Amino acid sequence: MSRVAILRYPGTWSERDFAHALSLVEGVESEIVWHEDADLHGFDVAIVPGGFSYGDYLRAGAIAKLSPATKELRRFAAEGGAILGSCNGFQILCEAGLLPGALIRNRDLEYRSDWVHVRVESDHTPFTRGSLGAVLRMPIGNGEGCWVADQKTLAETEARGQIVFRYVDAHGAATLEANPNGALANVAGVSNADGNVLGLMPHPERCAEALLGGTDGYRILANLAKVRHGTAPALYR
Amino acid sequence: MRFVARVLVRPKDEVRDPQGEAVLAALRSLGHDVAEVRTGKEIVVTFSAADEDAARATAERMGDQLLANPVIEDYEVQVESAKETRVPSR
Repeated sequence: MSRVAILRYPGTWSERDFAHALSLVEGVESEIVWHEDADLHGFDVAIVPGGFSYGDYLRAGAIAKLSPATKELRRFAAEGGAILGSCNGFQILCEAGLLPGALIRNRDLEYRSDWVHVRVESDHTPFTRGSLGAVLRMPIGNGEGCWVADQKTLAETEARGQIVFRYVDAHGAATLEANPNGALANVAGVSNADGNVLGLMPHPERCAEALLGGTDGYRILANLAKVRHGTAPALYR
Repeated sequence: MRFVARVLVRPKDEVRDPQGEAVLAALRSLGHDVAEVRTGKEIVVTFSAADEDAARATAERMGDQLLANPVIEDYEVQVESAKETRVPSR
């Protein structure tokens, strides 16, 4: 059994969706954990879900990074725990310095609520194992989803295989039109150098059953059943 | 002594500023001959410090720790001593 902690900050809104989606995955046991009480000992995976933590005041994720949960996430990551941040969770992990780059206002200033296609560019994360090259269809819902980094960071991130998801069209081509927010190099998700921390703008928890119009998110979440604490870097580096 | 620090946060030159681009288009629609617009924010912090240098150092720490994200933003600090203001008693 893989034990998954789903963090809840004030303003988080996807934690119950994650709990529901994970209830569909055999071999996973999840628990919603209040950020101030986050003690990740005994967990195999930590999820930082989407929402509007602290109202997105100042910058998305900027105030949430000051939570005691950040220190705990840093310890958990250093020990090889697997961390998945989606949407606002991705923004929090970037603000906390656990992932490279930053997420800024969308190119067209729009809040984008859409289905997008992303191509899996790396299987060096516990979450994308067995999906390299797959084109997944998942929903997004964000106003600050445009990933940016300086040229040096982008080059390093590319070279180390840390670009994990890229916006593509239905045929897998990373075109300008397929990019919903102007993200640099069509980046939809990145990992840390070890591959055990992953952030993405799409919502896998919102497409884990046919009733919701898609099941590609299940492919990501199903991998959680195999994750055991501390194994991530050694196995996936 | 009390000081007021104005922390001016701006997107770095190489970071796109879609808000600035929208304002640019809006100003042009009003007939203004505008070449470029960059938007940012001003955060005004009032606090006590021993002197102006200490106040500036404190404000810069606030900028580094929280007020600006060094990946995408630059900031500038302007410090002045706070004018005597009477805090209304409840």
